Amino acid sequence: MIRDFEYFAPKTLEEALTLLDKYQDNYKVIAGGQSLLKLMRQGLVTPQYLIDIKGISELNYIKSEGKKGLRIGALATHRAIEESPMMKNGFSILAEMEQRLAYIQIRNWGTLGGNLCHADPAQDSAPVLIVLNANLRIASQKGERTMAIEDFFPDYLQTALKPSELLAEIQVPAVPPHTGTAYAKFNIIENDLATVAVAVSTTLSSGADVCQDIRIALGAAAPTPMRAKRAEGVLRGKKITDNLLTEAGEIASAEAEPLSDINASEEYRRQLIKVLVKRIGKEALTRARQA
Amino acid sequence: MKKELRFTVNGEAYELYVKPKSLLMDVLRDQLGLTGAKRSCDTNTCGTCTVILNGMAVNSCSILALQANGGEVLTVEGLAKKTELHPLQKAFLDYGSVQCGFCTPGMLMATKALLDKNPNPTKEQIKEAIDANLCRCTGYNSIIRAVTAVVKGEYEEGK
Repeated sequence: MIRDFEYFAPKTLEEALTLLDKYQDNYKVIAGGQSLLKLMRQGLVTPQYLIDIKGISELNYIKSEGKKGLRIGALATHRAIEESPMMKNGFSILAEMEQRLAYIQIRNWGTLGGNLCHADPAQDSAPVLIVLNANLRIASQKGERTMAIEDFFPDYLQTALKPSELLAEIQVPAVPPHTGTAYAKFNIIENDLATVAVAVSTTLSSGADVCQDIRIALGAAAPTPMRAKRAEGVLRGKKITDNLLTEAGEIASAEAEPLSDINASEEYRRQLIKVLVKRIGKEALTRARQA
Repeated sequence: MKKELRFTVNGEAYELYVKPKSLLMDVLRDQLGLTGAKRSCDTNTCGTCTVILNGMAVNSCSILALQANGGEVLTVEGLAKKTELHPLQKAFLDYGSVQCGFCTPGMLMATKALLDKNPNPTKEQIKEAIDANLCRCTGYNSIIRAVTAVVKGEYEEGK
């Protein structure tokens, strides 16, 4: 049973920020509500004020800015991103991720910004956006700030948003040349939340087959979405071989902090990470060679 | 405190007062008496509450009614034109796609939303459209056959 709350539906970002500033700690922001309403129904989240931003059309957009990359409004729906013609070349991984995020009914109403702010470590979007080196534009009445998405998740189900701050935009920089990205989500029921998810982005130096840069991100592998930085270190600056990928998988598995839950034990998740980092690392490498 | 909700349901304009915590499904079923959309899992999992909101299939159990303010809702009750069933409804009957019937309103609305956007879907696209709709009589194949028959034009007017 959802507890009563006072409801506001601002129509502009400015109106929303005014409300956030006024109610400080006692509010909860709802966008599509596809995760939040479940928590409210279970009585786990009981806000005094609910600020519904779903109707703020100025935050619902997907724009391609050429060399600067993509700008996605926090209220762009999963379905809109999945179907956007802008999800090509290096960004096709975003559409691949969205296509396996829950189901059409949920993707039609749920938003990318809402998904990120729910901060579930098993969520689909964070690992992919981490390897794409995305930044978040955060707005408040005091002004704006931008932060790297990998710094957005301080702890389990928590975000770096301070009271009165709102996630306004996801900025995805253009993918560098000779870069390949790949993503895999392992689960028992297709399109369910991940048991483990792995995203990899590999950039090769031009001419030589050497890994110039690599980003590996894991989902459902720790209390927060995480970057496997030690595993990246195994591959960066080297010519990637199967042996090195195996080693990177082992190290990623060791640096992860997976939980045991109804879907999988910690041990099982570590095994999945080991296998998937190698497999997806290889796929990203193949794509980088073709890019 | 109740808030005003203005929206269109099955082509009819409504002006209601609803509790902010009321879900779209609650208002459709309890205030408007439209019990086609079924309450079942209540957690965005089973699809029996699927309705079409602003042209999109959504789970009415997981949307606040006030989020439909200004919107257009279509429920299974709005599919037939008076006594003339919608092609999908006719096909569901002909192809035995209805067993216990509990999932049927959701299946119809999910596939209607698909065909409105894409009149020539592939079998994979039909399956994707009902991916979130559980049928425990396991009638999926006959549902897919019914939708395929509509796509092939078996239920076009005059045929």
